[in-house]
Amino acid sequence: MALRLAGDFDTSYAHDMAIIRNRGQWGMTIAFLIGLFALPFFADGHVIGTLNLIGISIIAVIGLNILLGYTGQISLGQAAFMAVGAYSAAVLVKAGVSFWLALPISGLVAGLVGLLFGLPSLRIKGFYLAMATLSAQMIIPWFFRNVRTDIFGGMPGLTMQPPRLGEIVFNSQATMYFPIMLTVVVCVIAAKNIARTRLGRALIAIRDNDLAAEVLGIAQFSHKLRAFFLSALYAGLAGALWAMYARTINPDQFSLLNSVWYLGMVIVGGMGSALGPILGAAFVRVLEEVTVQLAPVLSKLFPQLEAGLLAALGPITFGIALMLFLVFEPRGLAHRWELIKAAWRLRPFAH
Amino acid sequence: MPSSTSTHAPLLQAIDLHLFFGGLSALVSVSFDIRPGEILALIGPNGAGKTSALNCLNGFYRPQRGKILFDGHDLTHTPTHVIPRLGIARTFQNIALYTGMTALDNLMAARHIHMRQSMWASALYFGPAHREEIAHRRVIEEIIDFLEMEHIRKAIVGALPYGLRKRVELGRALALEPKLLLLDEPMAGMNVEEKEDMARFILDIHERRGMTILLVEHDMGLVMDIAHRVVVLDFGVKIAEGTPDEIKSNPAVIKAYLGETVNSEQSTVNSQQ
Ligand SMILES: Nc1ncnc2c1ncn2[C@@H]1O[C@H](COP(=O)(O)OP(=O)(O)OP(=O)(O)O)[C@@H](O)[C@H]1O
Ligand SMILES: [Mg+2]
Repeated sequence: MALRLAGDFDTSYAHDMAIIRNRGQWGMTIAFLIGLFALPFFADGHVIGTLNLIGISIIAVIGLNILLGYTGQISLGQAAFMAVGAYSAAVLVKAGVSFWLALPISGLVAGLVGLLFGLPSLRIKGFYLAMATLSAQMIIPWFFRNVRTDIFGGMPGLTMQPPRLGEIVFNSQATMYFPIMLTVVVCVIAAKNIARTRLGRALIAIRDNDLAAEVLGIAQFSHKLRAFFLSALYAGLAGALWAMYARTINPDQFSLLNSVWYLGMVIVGGMGSALGPILGAAFVRVLEEVTVQLAPVLSKLFPQLEAGLLAALGPITFGIALMLFLVFEPRGLAHRWELIKAAWRLRPFAH
Repeated sequence: MPSSTSTHAPLLQAIDLHLFFGGLSALVSVSFDIRPGEILALIGPNGAGKTSALNCLNGFYRPQRGKILFDGHDLTHTPTHVIPRLGIARTFQNIALYTGMTALDNLMAARHIHMRQSMWASALYFGPAHREEIAHRRVIEEIIDFLEMEHIRKAIVGALPYGLRKRVELGRALALEPKLLLLDEPMAGMNVEEKEDMARFILDIHERRGMTILLVEHDMGLVMDIAHRVVVLDFGVKIAEGTPDEIKSNPAVIKAYLGETVNSEQSTVNSQQ
């Protein structure tokens, strides 16, 4: 049972169901949002750049969490669906569509492609489904590399003009920060809403007991497809934002390795939790950043270390972190955070 | 409240059901009616085919032969997930809850068929989805009160003790607001006190909510107490049907139960073979 602050009673079902329950929490939420959007005016470009990358990752990971965490369906193709979003955005912008319109369209296009690759979930589960989604990861980047190179640019890829809004050109980390974080906020809220209403319960029901769900009126297949659609829709939005962030996109940016990293972020953050994707994406990206900063320092301190080893520092650290999480905290950072919160509420009567 | 009169047309008719698993016949030409407003007990020794019969009724198994008519619908080819919409709900012999959810959410999940909010309305939440959630929360809270589970409302059901999980499962089936409730051994594995609670709930559901109930149960004393009629299966064959009194003295039933440890009345039957 969730512990609440003293004096926080349920006066109505609406209140019981609300996420933000009292004035203090409203205050904190508003302060947080102001802080979030004021950040680019204070922090330096490099920090903002990292936050942008974290934001894009959060969106992709929230999507994967809907599929993996809530619905219990594995996907090894999240990066591929991001590619669909990124290429849709780049092609649309090239055709003269405003990026702001291209962004939601890219999400929908990716969603539909995701739905297509979710079709095997009608018949297969678990490991075999993972293999089927792997085919998305094989086919999609291949498609953008080899098919219609006049449209998709082949190996070198596509370059997208930075989006504009009146006089503002979104070509610096600080300017891109706003559309990215705004999308993150919308995506986080939408995912939380889905999780706490009819659709979310149906997805979790299927995860926990698919046969019982069916017998109790929840059509398994159509809900699995919805989960695939939503998951890829999130990936598509992340992909379109990535196209803005990276300016030039090419098929190699959306490899299987990237998909695996997203899976890792879901696990590190905590599957099936609303907070998990945020914590997971932030943790892994910060870890990556730290290892990047650390590599030159290490090579100075220990010149005898091989350059190859230093280059692999990121993946190695990620691998070790993932392993430690799987062994010691399989429920991820979100669960840890819940424990800390509960302990804080019970202070000073800990234990 | 409807009473068990035989003048009504049956709510459900199972006609000539045959179900095989490879060479094994789980049901052989089984036919029975469920009348509106009655508590019908389905009994029989282990492996007699009781659960298989229930599984056929809610479309979980498809009989190779036979027909199931329910409230004007032919269920034989109705998709499994549509059957609860027509008004059949059930509990499972080996509890099948959504283990990662709270008790409240398990019940809310069962309201699925009565809700209409779309994926987009869910994501937006404010407006229609919010109103719908609250309306259905009210329905659920009534069931929670009725089953005396206020204290476990927000507990994750996977961590609840066995007896309470059985109760949550009953609540989930009620949340579907079915016309026909199928209960597969709702009291198995419970202690005496829990059994009494459960029997009280079942009788209350029948009386206050006017629900028709098909009950599979091994506790013969209990079956004889609360059922209006009894159908007996043995090795997939229906060997008897009648009022509890008729069943108690039916020679075929007595024979089927020989060698089994039978409760109460049945245990007085002499054993000869
Ligand atoms: N899915 C299945 N595959 C193969 N055989 C099955 C299956 N389901 C049931 N059976 C068999 O059908 C027969 C009837 O089983 P069923 O579970 O319906 O019995 P039951 O009357 O519910 O018994 P119990 O009192 O032990 O619950 C048994 O022999 C069982 O092994
Ligand atoms: Mg059984």
